Amino acid sequence: MCVCTESYARRIVRDEMARDVDRQVVVLNVNGERAELLIPVHKTLLEVLREDMQLTGTKHGCELGECGTCTVLVDGKPELSCLVLPVQIEGRAITTIEGMANGSDLHPLQQAFVELGAAQCGYCSPGILLAAKSLLESNGAPSRDEIREALAGNLCRCTGYSKILDAVELASDRTRRSSPLAGEVAGETRRNQSRRSSPLAGEVAGEARRSQSRRSSPLAGEVARRADGDVQ
Amino acid sequence: MGTFSKAMTAQNGFSVIGKPFPKPDAVSKVTGRAVYADDMLPARTLHCRILRSPHPHARILSVDTSAARRMPGVQAVITGVDLPIKFGILPVTQDERALEHEKVRYVGDPIAAVAAIDEEIAAAACDAISVEYEVLEPVMSIDEALAETKDERIQDYGGPNNIHKLVALEFGDVDAGFERADHVREDVFFFQGNTHLPMEQHSAIATFVDGRVTLWSSTQVVHYVHRALAKVLELPMNRIRVIGAAHGGGFGGKTDPFAHEIIVCKLAMLTGRPVKCTLTREEVFYAHRGRHPVLMWVRTGVTKDGHITAMHFKTALDGGAYGSYGVASTFYTGALQTVTYDIPAYRFEGCRVFTNKPPCGPKRGHGTPQPRFALELHLEKIADDIGIDSVDLKQRNFVKPMTRTVNWLRITSCGLDECTERVLTASGYRTRQKRRGRGMGFAISSYMSGAGTAIYWNDMPHSEVQIKVDRGGVTAYCGAMDIGQGSDSVLAAIVAEELGLQPRDIRLVTADTDTTPIDLGSYSSRVTFMAGNAALQAARKMRDMLVEAVAAKTGSPGDTVTVAAGRIGDLSFEEASILAEARFGTLTSAGSYTPPKIAGPYKGSGVGPSPAYSYSACVVDLDADPRTGIVKVNKVWIAHDVGRAINPLLVEGQVEGSVYMGLGEALMEEQAFRKGLHKWPSMLEYKSPTFMDMPEVETFIVETVDPEGPYGAKEAGQGPLLPVIPAVSSAVFDALGVWIDEVPVTPEKIVEALRRKEKGEAPRFGPVRFPSIPYPTCIKVEPPPRTLEVGSASAASI
Repeated sequence: MCVCTESYARRIVRDEMARDVDRQVVVLNVNGERAELLIPVHKTLLEVLREDMQLTGTKHGCELGECGTCTVLVDGKPELSCLVLPVQIEGRAITTIEGMANGSDLHPLQQAFVELGAAQCGYCSPGILLAAKSLLESNGAPSRDEIREALAGNLCRCTGYSKILDAVELASDRTRRSSPLAGEVAGETRRNQSRRSSPLAGEVAGEARRSQSRRSSPLAGEVARRADGDVQ
Repeated sequence: MGTFSKAMTAQNGFSVIGKPFPKPDAVSKVTGRAVYADDMLPARTLHCRILRSPHPHARILSVDTSAARRMPGVQAVITGVDLPIKFGILPVTQDERALEHEKVRYVGDPIAAVAAIDEEIAAAACDAISVEYEVLEPVMSIDEALAETKDERIQDYGGPNNIHKLVALEFGDVDAGFERADHVREDVFFFQGNTHLPMEQHSAIATFVDGRVTLWSSTQVVHYVHRALAKVLELPMNRIRVIGAAHGGGFGGKTDPFAHEIIVCKLAMLTGRPVKCTLTREEVFYAHRGRHPVLMWVRTGVTKDGHITAMHFKTALDGGAYGSYGVASTFYTGALQTVTYDIPAYRFEGCRVFTNKPPCGPKRGHGTPQPRFALELHLEKIADDIGIDSVDLKQRNFVKPMTRTVNWLRITSCGLDECTERVLTASGYRTRQKRRGRGMGFAISSYMSGAGTAIYWNDMPHSEVQIKVDRGGVTAYCGAMDIGQGSDSVLAAIVAEELGLQPRDIRLVTADTDTTPIDLGSYSSRVTFMAGNAALQAARKMRDMLVEAVAAKTGSPGDTVTVAAGRIGDLSFEEASILAEARFGTLTSAGSYTPPKIAGPYKGSGVGPSPAYSYSACVVDLDADPRTGIVKVNKVWIAHDVGRAINPLLVEGQVEGSVYMGLGEALMEEQAFRKGLHKWPSMLEYKSPTFMDMPEVETFIVETVDPEGPYGAKEAGQGPLLPVIPAVSSAVFDALGVWIDEVPVTPEKIVEALRRKEKGEAPRFGPVRFPSIPYPTCIKVEPPPRTLEVGSASAASI
């Protein structure tokens, strides 16, 4: 068979074999879906997500573990996908930005980012949203300083961070107000709360924001109208 | 245009303008669906890597690519002989090649490029290319560039030795002004270079289909990339299409046409396959085009009550290896001093030199943060000399609205007084407690709402917008590039306001040279003002057609038909659009914006004029540890005169982002080199503020309703950065009694200044001398009448 008719995929494999590239079959659980992939063993999770699975929502800023842009969740905890090899995390639950919304319903953090303008160029947003999701699942009522600390590994060059902090606080407020613990939490001043891990945190964060309070958002009225489809 | 008043429906007179609403692309950005250039991977994409020079200055004797070409998986290898035509952003400095084949001028200068089936093969092939160099003596500083060259000059044009550009202008009688002064002071300042550090690495991907090149790129200026491609690829512009992909941050760093953009197009043409190049983070540091390091000398005369009588300002810019925007940058270091303070006589001498470092260019505030830093500190020191409160001294010299500066810049709306009062009151600056280790600093600034002249000479509009209405759907087309600042949001808001709709009803097609009319791009803070005015004009024409059709149908006079809340008169927008389409045929309208011709009558007057200037004032509160020199910023108050906030949510975002970037520059960011190598080419080592470093910011939006801005709007994206940097240094002085006359203000410099103070030396850290520079004789320019004649600023919007 002449080279020009050889399939593209076959040629890649042939060329890589000529370069002695070790390949391995890896089974990944990404956003609740199982994927079986044949990949070079040295390829990072970041590269596999973006290039082999077309999950390009995960971005990269340095590929050296310095900027936090490529953050994904592994079993709910933030990991820098540029420093993780897929073989290390086979079978564990990987969440990327594509898995954050519930269908077309945005996660409360995503909703708050939209409303408060916390995403400008948006390039760091996926990583920050996932790191914030992990925070809210372990600490439903973080103080502003606790949010700063949790996100300290994620750089953003556009926003000056202010609107991101506001958005995480807004999402946290709404999530707690819509949770079964709302009565208990509402009585406390959030700023004075000590860090505590609610047994319901995971469940709460996953909930749709049905009965949320919108009073702390400047856009509350408009967004509510949009959700109800009564624009014009 | 009288129709405006009829659109007033809500309390503030608008239904959309002035209200916060999310950006049109916000949901796609928070869900990972926005497609940035590197997210694209069409079938059969080849990956490109670029071989770059390891030497800061060397002749290329030979380039041997034969081994690289033989490697399996390599599809094409190109060198400088394949792309010999020079390009550059300014017509006067066409000094770059996409690939150099004669000489390299900085570490990172591109020499050869490979397209291969994956990035690793491409990188390995680059390693297999052998280049023979004759290493030349590098020129690494302003002083070295001013001295006689040892081997040969870096560029073969410009002034003597390695001088690129010399400027000397004098407005009014400066010597007489100094004679009139009761007190004259001189100071020297240095502002270190720094870089944009966008989160997204530059990326470009090209295809070549049916004889046409298409490029998707993370650029701020599709039009200028389009022009450069046509020149270097020797193709007519109609066979090239440039599309701005979703943009991961610019700050000025993506406003030049770049080598990798040209290279992927050439490789796509050769291979017939898509070719992508994404720079590594290290390459981004070397691509640069960031803040020029600038050495500054300033001499000012004042009367005993603090009125400025004359100013003489000298600058020396370390430009790096190529021209880039450098000629403009040089003028900018002298242009805007007069836009905040009334200076009756002003002399400016500027010089840019070439050095063997990555080229500098425009970064947020382009050429003006450096002199702003110097000017604000200089005035603080003068106030101290003559025993006047520094805020009083500054306020006494504030420019007034509807005036012309001594260097012919036209000032229309000006909110300096209000901005100042807002931050002084909120911060309690005047009543602050004096305590060692804690201090407050105050500074002001101004910036342009778009350059009044284009980069290349032409008479065309600077921005154009087309609107199409079709069965109730509205689409706005504009070449403007949304780089995250929200320019799409501005277009949507303006069109929606005029048509009585909501922003989300407006579909946007932007930054595509095939389908959108021209806009010069997202730089110079020009988009809200210029694309906004073009959108306003197009929307009003469309609105007139809709109203006319409805009036004809209902038999009512046109001026009684209201446009609001999704209705035209008694009809829905959709019904009205069908009527209008039946009456006029295809419903399209167009608007354009050309800035007024307001440049002064002298050579070099093209840099500085703008249809409007924004104004800012800032107070910084910080702790400065006298033992360690460590500075912790507690809070920043900032007021920004944006004319009118079209979307206050985004204005706040721009102001807060500017404060953040200003703090980074003030305290830590440095683009510095050792033997031609970047000292810190990584995001970990190049220090930038994290969540932990960023203080709370209290933002005040001041609205002065500019007579020519769309609904009175001016810029917000660059101006608020400017006062932050001098305010930090002033606050350090307030806290510790030492002047740090050099940016960044690092702990080492503070400790050194304190040590000098203890030893009885001058309590400062900073440069002590300004070099001797062969500036030409000043061009003497007669100042204009200083007040604007009534009606000369036309009311474009009201």
